[in-house]
Amino acid sequence: MHYNRGSYPGDSLSVSNLVEIRDLQFGYGDRPLLSGLSMDFPRGKVVAVMGGSGSGKTTVLRLIGGQLRPQAGSVTVDGQSVPELALPALYLMRRKMGMLFQHGALFTDLSVFDNVAFPLREQTALPESMIRDLVLLKLHAVGLSNAAQLKPAEISGGMARRVALARAVALDPQLVMYDEPFAGLDPISMGVTANLIRTLNDALGSTSVLVSHDVHESFLIADYVYFLSQGRIVAHGTPAQMAASSDPYVKQFVHAEADGPVPFHYPGRSLAEQLGLSEHP
Amino acid sequence: MMLDLLARIGLTVRIWLGDVGAAARTFMALITGSVSLLRRFRLVTDQIHFIGNYSLVIIAVSGLFVGFVLGLQGYYTLNKYGSEQALGLLVALSLTRELGPVVTALLFAGRAGTSLTAEIGLMKAGEQLAAMEMMAVDPLQRVLAPRFWAGVIAMPVLATIFSALGVIGGYIVGVQLIGVDEGAFWSQMQDGVDVWNDIANGVIKSFVFGVAVTFIALYQGYHAAPTPEGVARATTRTVVLGSLMVLWLDFLLTALMFS
Repeated sequence: MHYNRGSYPGDSLSVSNLVEIRDLQFGYGDRPLLSGLSMDFPRGKVVAVMGGSGSGKTTVLRLIGGQLRPQAGSVTVDGQSVPELALPALYLMRRKMGMLFQHGALFTDLSVFDNVAFPLREQTALPESMIRDLVLLKLHAVGLSNAAQLKPAEISGGMARRVALARAVALDPQLVMYDEPFAGLDPISMGVTANLIRTLNDALGSTSVLVSHDVHESFLIADYVYFLSQGRIVAHGTPAQMAASSDPYVKQFVHAEADGPVPFHYPGRSLAEQLGLSEHP
Repeated sequence: MMLDLLARIGLTVRIWLGDVGAAARTFMALITGSVSLLRRFRLVTDQIHFIGNYSLVIIAVSGLFVGFVLGLQGYYTLNKYGSEQALGLLVALSLTRELGPVVTALLFAGRAGTSLTAEIGLMKAGEQLAAMEMMAVDPLQRVLAPRFWAGVIAMPVLATIFSALGVIGGYIVGVQLIGVDEGAFWSQMQDGVDVWNDIANGVIKSFVFGVAVTFIALYQGYHAAPTPEGVARATTRTVVLGSLMVLWLDFLLTALMFS
């Protein structure tokens, strides 16, 4: 499966960015988590944000969605500065967004059908007959229209992720954010999910932000990739550029090397020192 | 040394005041966010059905047994003064003024309160509340407010059922088993229980307990740490804080109503 990828559209002034992040600083208390972050998410593209656990990838999504506010810098979505929006305006803006959470975050007391119908019932005044048709169409798109009456506990993890995907795109959002969509999935489900992300993005004409640490699937569907490490962008480019990169961090990450800029051993004293075998001056 | 102690006390007071402020703010947001429920009252009735069902059996059985015990103990005491005819009055007043509202609220905190805290806490841990926020739906309005009003409405109904079954329990033991005169049992009760002073005040008490216990349960769930340990701690806090609040409010309300 290969998709057409052009040069990075963010570099071209002819294509506008749906999301722009500039000089972003964020941290909890005195502990900085993200610093000096600048990113572009061009309209209609799938942009992957990659990095190891704790690199601040999910925090970027929460900042774009307005669940967190940055300490400095700007986050703009469709021309609106997210941190400056009051709650009603923020909720209005979120109607243009869809988000797929890491474990689906399906409402466990509702059926698959009612989960997908939830945003439609809450945000629109559509008659129930039309909601039914829309929900079945969305579920059909993810291959689960026949599972509509099942409860989330009755379906597999991969299927739950697909239901959550149908729910995230129920209102045909301009921006869809994916938080680790491949985590914990078997290879078949992983391939299905990756295919769906790309297909839905192109069919809806939306923009996708894909946070992941799965190199193979992400490189397959992304137009552009940012690599984060310790809250900073360490590399960015097209998947082909990243695959050929000589940057030590990118190389270690892409080729899954055990040791490198991200050390195998937790920093601290050597084993010899811990065992009292090192020579004292 | 002295300065350290003062700083520690100051910090504790500041944290406590911060917690009280956060709870008050959540409470106000819950009340103002409830206006939209008028258009979707079905959400509240669904929750009344769930919460009422959770607690009905334990409250009905407890009411009956408390009535049995009141019948036995009341007869033992009243018989010493030859006033066992007043057993019906004693049972009814004890239940409507005190035991009905208080024991119902304590059982409600243990049964429905813990269930609400765990449900909200697990929704938070499973990112369901965050997902709702990202769908531009306020969890306070959509999830917490219907459960809050359901608890507030269910509590007086459950307390009334508790008291009614307690009176039946007292009747079974006092009249059917011990042999107190049936006419005296009911007529003294009818004569001595005042609709406003006794029954209405009891209902007002259980309404206040409903507000307190349900809000504590929801608040603890909403602010629980999103981990299994965090939800377990929040559930325990619901029972401890809810029960203490009921007993404290009962003293306050009794002092105001019956002094």
